[in-house]
Amino acid sequence: MTFAPLATEIFLLSMACIILIVDVFLRDERRVLSYALAQLTLLAGALISWSMLGNETQVVLHGTFVSDPMAALLKTSILLVTVGVFMYSRSYLVERDIFRGEFYVLGLFAVLGMLVLVSAHSLLTIYLGLELLSLSLYALVAFQRDSAAASEAAMKYFVLGALASGMLLYGISMLYGATGSLDIGEVAEAIALPGEQGIILVFALCFIVVGLAFKFGAVPFHMWVPDVYHGAPTPVTLFIGSAPKIAAFAMAMRLLTEALGGLYGSWQDMLTILAVLSLVIGNVIAIAQTNIKRMLAYSTIAHVGFLLLGLLAGTTEGFSASMFYAITYALMAIGGFGMVILLSRAGFEADRLDDFKGLNDRSPWFAFMMLILMLSMAGVPPTVGFYAKLAVLQAVIHVDMVWLAVVAVFFSIIGAFYYIRIVKLMYFDAPEGDAPLAVSPDMQIAMSLNGLAVLTLGIFPGGLMAVCNAVLS
Amino acid sequence: MGFERFVFYVFAVILVYAAARVITVRNPVHAVLHLVLAFFTCAGLWLLLEAEFLAITLVLVYVGAVMVLFLFVVMMLDINVSPLREGFVKYLPMGFVVALLIFAEMFMVLGVKNFGAQAVAIPERHGADYSNTREIGNVLYTDYVYPFEIASVILLVAIIAAIALTMRRRPDTRSQDPVAQVAVRREDRVRLVKMKTEEKSG
Amino acid sequence: MAEFWEFIREPFFITLWIVAILVPLLLGVAYLTYAERKIIGYMQVRIGPNRVGPRGWLQPIADALKLLMKEIIVPQNSNRFLFLIAPMISIAPALAAWAVMPFTDRLVLANIDASLLYILALTSMGVYGVIIAGWASNSKYAFLGAMRSAAQIVAYEIAMGFALVGVLIAGGSLNLVDIVQAQQGSLVHWFWLPLFPLFLVYFISGVAETNRAPFDVAEGESEIVAGFHVEYSGMAFAVFFLAEYANMILIAALAALMFLGGWLSPFEGTWFESWFAWVPGIFWLLVKTSLFLFCFLWFRATFPRYRYDQIMRLGWKVFIPITIVWIVVAGGLVVGEVGPWFN
Repeated sequence: MTFAPLATEIFLLSMACIILIVDVFLRDERRVLSYALAQLTLLAGALISWSMLGNETQVVLHGTFVSDPMAALLKTSILLVTVGVFMYSRSYLVERDIFRGEFYVLGLFAVLGMLVLVSAHSLLTIYLGLELLSLSLYALVAFQRDSAAASEAAMKYFVLGALASGMLLYGISMLYGATGSLDIGEVAEAIALPGEQGIILVFALCFIVVGLAFKFGAVPFHMWVPDVYHGAPTPVTLFIGSAPKIAAFAMAMRLLTEALGGLYGSWQDMLTILAVLSLVIGNVIAIAQTNIKRMLAYSTIAHVGFLLLGLLAGTTEGFSASMFYAITYALMAIGGFGMVILLSRAGFEADRLDDFKGLNDRSPWFAFMMLILMLSMAGVPPTVGFYAKLAVLQAVIHVDMVWLAVVAVFFSIIGAFYYIRIVKLMYFDAPEGDAPLAVSPDMQIAMSLNGLAVLTLGIFPGGLMAVCNAVLS
Repeated sequence: MGFERFVFYVFAVILVYAAARVITVRNPVHAVLHLVLAFFTCAGLWLLLEAEFLAITLVLVYVGAVMVLFLFVVMMLDINVSPLREGFVKYLPMGFVVALLIFAEMFMVLGVKNFGAQAVAIPERHGADYSNTREIGNVLYTDYVYPFEIASVILLVAIIAAIALTMRRRPDTRSQDPVAQVAVRREDRVRLVKMKTEEKSG
Repeated sequence: MAEFWEFIREPFFITLWIVAILVPLLLGVAYLTYAERKIIGYMQVRIGPNRVGPRGWLQPIADALKLLMKEIIVPQNSNRFLFLIAPMISIAPALAAWAVMPFTDRLVLANIDASLLYILALTSMGVYGVIIAGWASNSKYAFLGAMRSAAQIVAYEIAMGFALVGVLIAGGSLNLVDIVQAQQGSLVHWFWLPLFPLFLVYFISGVAETNRAPFDVAEGESEIVAGFHVEYSGMAFAVFFLAEYANMILIAALAALMFLGGWLSPFEGTWFESWFAWVPGIFWLLVKTSLFLFCFLWFRATFPRYRYDQIMRLGWKVFIPITIVWIVVAGGLVVGEVGPWFN
């Protein structure tokens, strides 16, 4: 038995514990050390998992852990996205007096949960990874104790999340009953055998898909998304909206394709319904929002619809398109929410659409960054959002589901409206207040890098696309 | 066999009764006590299944620790149940339909056909020297060591979250600092003033 | 007739066993109260009870008779059912735990596999009697006592559980007979030496678990009259009393088994070992148990009552960290096969 494939997880866990202890001995003015340590941990972790990209697929620890190229790529992107999240979060937390080590420790544990989820090879590990992630997120949402909205959001998130976990667990238990194993490989083998377990498997699949849809926030299991995104402190919203989507993608891959690949026909129909509903509801309701956090929440739902399109195509092309979508969406999401943090200051949340009015007059550079991000979310070339959507649509068309592609395109055109509206507010309206923008240096760097990455990946999408293809083949 | 079946039915009946009372009694403290009873009889059933380690742990953890805290909290709260019951009748038909659907589904999936005695072999009985505790220990630290460790991390997160969310100094609450109280010296409290005796007036 | 005998034989012998354990136990409880009054009396330079019978030996009997004949008063707005069942809930686990208690390596009613865990589970249930009594009395003092007791027992049970984890690591078993046999050798082979911090934590937690002085804030007669049993009278009160003393004996016996080698002779491994070979093992167990019981009484006569926050601080911030550290140390000792205990 070897522990080498677990290097990233073990490193992250040890560092999280070290930070937890170090933080206890720090005085408030030196709290930034915890932050720096957390960032170093994430970067080093990203390096470790990147170095595993070329490794052979390996199942260790009695079939509970798998190390394959897909896991390596997704882990690297989760860790890097979280670096961005933490960079955006620092000044916001300091201004609101919640700059505490626990924020970063809980964040690291959430990341650990995602990593566990990404390289799970047993239904048990999937569930435990998911719980680790969710529990850390619930706590993070409630982190701003004095905010009633945050507590309410945490409560909703917790109750609905627990319900979803229950559904998932129920599905998993039925699957275990039908196949007699928790190991993903053995489950897949048992399903491939002809037997009379059909009805149990379909019910199990139903519950698992419902659980997944809850975690993704796909319609009709999306009720928690706007409330939680709105109520949570913005750095936490940023976190929830980005990296966990990558982890959710990995979870869907492990559960649906690797374990339940034999039931492709059944889950394709379910995902189709979820995808179409998400595209419709997400894009249409987003138009009516006046709060940007809520608007971005509905936009997330719409993006999840796209992500599901790639999955339901059921081909390697579709999966890699979906993976590309998940990674690039996480990049766009941290930028979008990051801009909300950037415009906020102590005692003021810039979460109304009107707060974006005349941003160009106040700071042309950040207005430009926001322009890139919004165009990318809308899917306008030459930003990365365009290629992500294109790849997904191609995959869908190649499996002869042209009508689905048409629906997707139609609703993303509707969706473009509310992204462009922000652009209009920024460039053509007069600013409401004249408070100067005070932006910390790490935030400036993060935002600029973020925007430019979206643009660069849009102009040269080939590299990431090729990696996504390579890890799946 | 006969006696075992008798024990099973005794425990099962008490369990079902206690579980039903948990959701039907009006007094929350009674509900918690019935839940304790349910856990306890459940542990009895697990003993019949030769899972003595789990049974004792259930009593130890749930009855001995979790429910004590729960009872503690419920006793402190003055819960008025009647507002919680408003709308009970209104939602009853809908709830009934959902319950029926779930029952039908469970019957179809978990029924005798799929998980009955024909489909699943009856587990072998173990002798008196069989140690369930040892068996659990063996698989927990070999086959399931990774999930076991993740579970421990989850518990760690729960501790961190609980402390992060509850431990804070609220400016508006008054609390005593026993250390400061004990460390008080006479000089802090009493000031001895030297002064001349005053003349009696008048 | 023979068939009937076959059918009844096992239950009959089990009942006989139970009686054989419980009668001495209850007698022990009765005379423990006598011992308490006498010992504390001497410690405070008094004589203690000396009127009933020669040297007051019949005093416990007289007390029991008095309590039996008193009326049980049920307060008006109390919950009658819970009020009456609380003493029983309190004493049942205290007595049931004795089912797995080994007196020598063969003298044990049920030599079950996880006896240590069983005892821990049952002792953790005793708190329900206290909580229910406090709540059902519908009285402020009783309720305060119940709340204090619940918080205290939950806190100390963790430390106690961890201390037991250390013992089972050292003994390599959850079975009490095996744990005692793992201590064979001599006086220094007993677990009190390698597990010294756990030994102290266990015994002090045991004092706290039984709500004995100096941890008796649940009764706290100077603050809340008598705590959870303030409304009880007559036999119902006596049952609480029985439960408390039965728990004391249990804790003392367990401490003797786990840390002082149970029924093993203290002269084992010395050159005059054979002089004491004729002494039955149960005698040593009784001597060791009495030693701990004496400590219980001694504590009560010596220490002033802890304040509530001090109790909590001691439990959470001192004992639990100590036990966690020492579990790691014990694990290291076992893995490293450090002698003379683990080689």
